[in-house]
Amino acid sequence: MPPAPRPAGISARQRMLQIFVPLLALGFGLVVWQWIVWAYEIPRYILPGPADTAIALLTDSATLWPALLVTLRITFMALAMAMVGGVFLAVIIVQSRWLELALSPYTVILQVTPIIAIAPLILIYAPDTQTALMICAFLVAFFPILSNMIQGLKSVDHHLIDLFELYGASRWQSLVYLRLPASLPFLMVGLRIAGGLSLIAAVVAEFAAGSAGQGSGLAFRLIEAQYRLNLPRMFAALVLLCGAGIAIYGLTSFVAWLALRRWHESAVRREG
Amino acid sequence: MPKLVAMRAVSKVFADGTLALDQMSLEVETGEFLSLLGPSGCGKSTALRLMAGLAEPSSGVVERPSGGGIGFVFQEPTLMPWQTVFGNVFLPLKLRGFSKAEVRERVMDGLQSVGLADFAHSYPRQLSGGMKMRVSIARALVTRPSLLLMDEPFAALDEITRHKLNDDLLALWRRSGLTIVFVTHSVFESAFLSSRIVVMRPRPGRVFRELAISQPAQRGADYRVSESYRADCQLVSEALQGAISAAGN
Ligand SMILES: Nc1ncnc2c1ncn2[C@@H]1O[C@H](COP(=O)(O)OP(=O)(O)OP(=O)(O)O)[C@@H](O)[C@H]1O
Ligand SMILES: [Mg+2]
Repeated sequence: MPPAPRPAGISARQRMLQIFVPLLALGFGLVVWQWIVWAYEIPRYILPGPADTAIALLTDSATLWPALLVTLRITFMALAMAMVGGVFLAVIIVQSRWLELALSPYTVILQVTPIIAIAPLILIYAPDTQTALMICAFLVAFFPILSNMIQGLKSVDHHLIDLFELYGASRWQSLVYLRLPASLPFLMVGLRIAGGLSLIAAVVAEFAAGSAGQGSGLAFRLIEAQYRLNLPRMFAALVLLCGAGIAIYGLTSFVAWLALRRWHESAVRREG
Repeated sequence: MPKLVAMRAVSKVFADGTLALDQMSLEVETGEFLSLLGPSGCGKSTALRLMAGLAEPSSGVVERPSGGGIGFVFQEPTLMPWQTVFGNVFLPLKLRGFSKAEVRERVMDGLQSVGLADFAHSYPRQLSGGMKMRVSIARALVTRPSLLLMDEPFAALDEITRHKLNDDLLALWRRSGLTIVFVTHSVFESAFLSSRIVVMRPRPGRVFRELAISQPAQRGADYRVSESYRADCQLVSEALQGAISAAGN
């Protein structure tokens, strides 16, 4: 009898398990949480259960959802600006060793100073809170993109550089056809780091801002709920932030996959 | 025979003080198949890069064809992984301002001639080492250069593939009247391919000996086992031995 080919179902089943096991574990955690709340009759102003949280998500949606949108808008605007700015500055910086040296003190200072410490200052100088939050998120997202992009632009295969020189490529042609595509994997690493960081910065800066009123983000709603000891709403806001983080991670990973899927090792499945 | 490339008393000192070439003089005649043979580190790649204009001599002059009529095949395939096979071969023409539509046929002809027309839309990672090397050769030829510089192009390939590509290269050389400078450290490869072999010696790099090689019209599988090929190999091998033992003097 010829050896039976490995049934294709196994890998499919494994993939199903890879999705279901984490989901099952999560569901189990929720059930235990709910059970504890019930069994010990913990009042919901001390520890709301998953059900209370879900109810708060619905009943408070009028305040929470707009706040989520505000936070997401700040995060994505900052991320987009950081992408454009980071790539642009990286391209300029690698043109000249001297320029890189001259700019290095500023990049180091901005990078090593904790953003939470700069936020109050930015809040004073910026025309409004929204702008201040965006600047904070931008500053944090900017550096991973800048430094990864610089690294990428510098890591281009020397033989390929020779090749372009041999065929008389202009600076512009080398940039567009060689340096930018070659640094795409590095840029994608930067983007994935920056995505998570800019959400954190948007939240942290809003804690520092603490101002009330229209157009507040989720972080402010969180603090507001804390003052009122509205724990279900706090949990609901946390759930939304967590969801936003996951969505940003998923989205940046998806963008990276789109950009690299055809050629880069990181996005191509290794075939055994 | 007119000269296509001439190196006159060329020295190359690298930034770290390494003297890679010392007063090397060499002339490449139009239409010849010249091999640069020598042990590792004797400056073959350096000489080739000088001929291509990818490096400047520290002293001496390099005369070479102007106007970019040079094709270069690197030791590694040196393909852009984000481009398809077609895109890689198209590159030299793209850099000269041709549009894809204008030269599609020319690129496909080039791929056809290295037997890779069916792989035009594959990415380099989907190809074997030998196939990548063939893409690299097609790219070097797509601009129809008058001079083809090759730096140990087949060093990383298995013997069968190497023989096949050797045969293809010889056929191409016959057909096209191309001038080829071929760097290798294989005695057998140089004796099989060349019309002239320049043996180089290391530390410092310079020409040790020049050997003219007999050139039967047909050099196929039969020739590889023939007496005259064996005699050539012997001659070349002795010259290489001499070059190695001359090192450091
Ligand atoms: N960029 C560089 N900087 C300093 N030294 C170099 C550089 N490139 C080559 N060399 C030195 O110059 C000498 C000649 O190098 P080259 O690469 O031309 O040798 P080669 O004959 O091509 O050797 P191989 O057969 O191993 O490729 C070597 O001693 C090498 O160490
Ligand atoms: Mg070499």
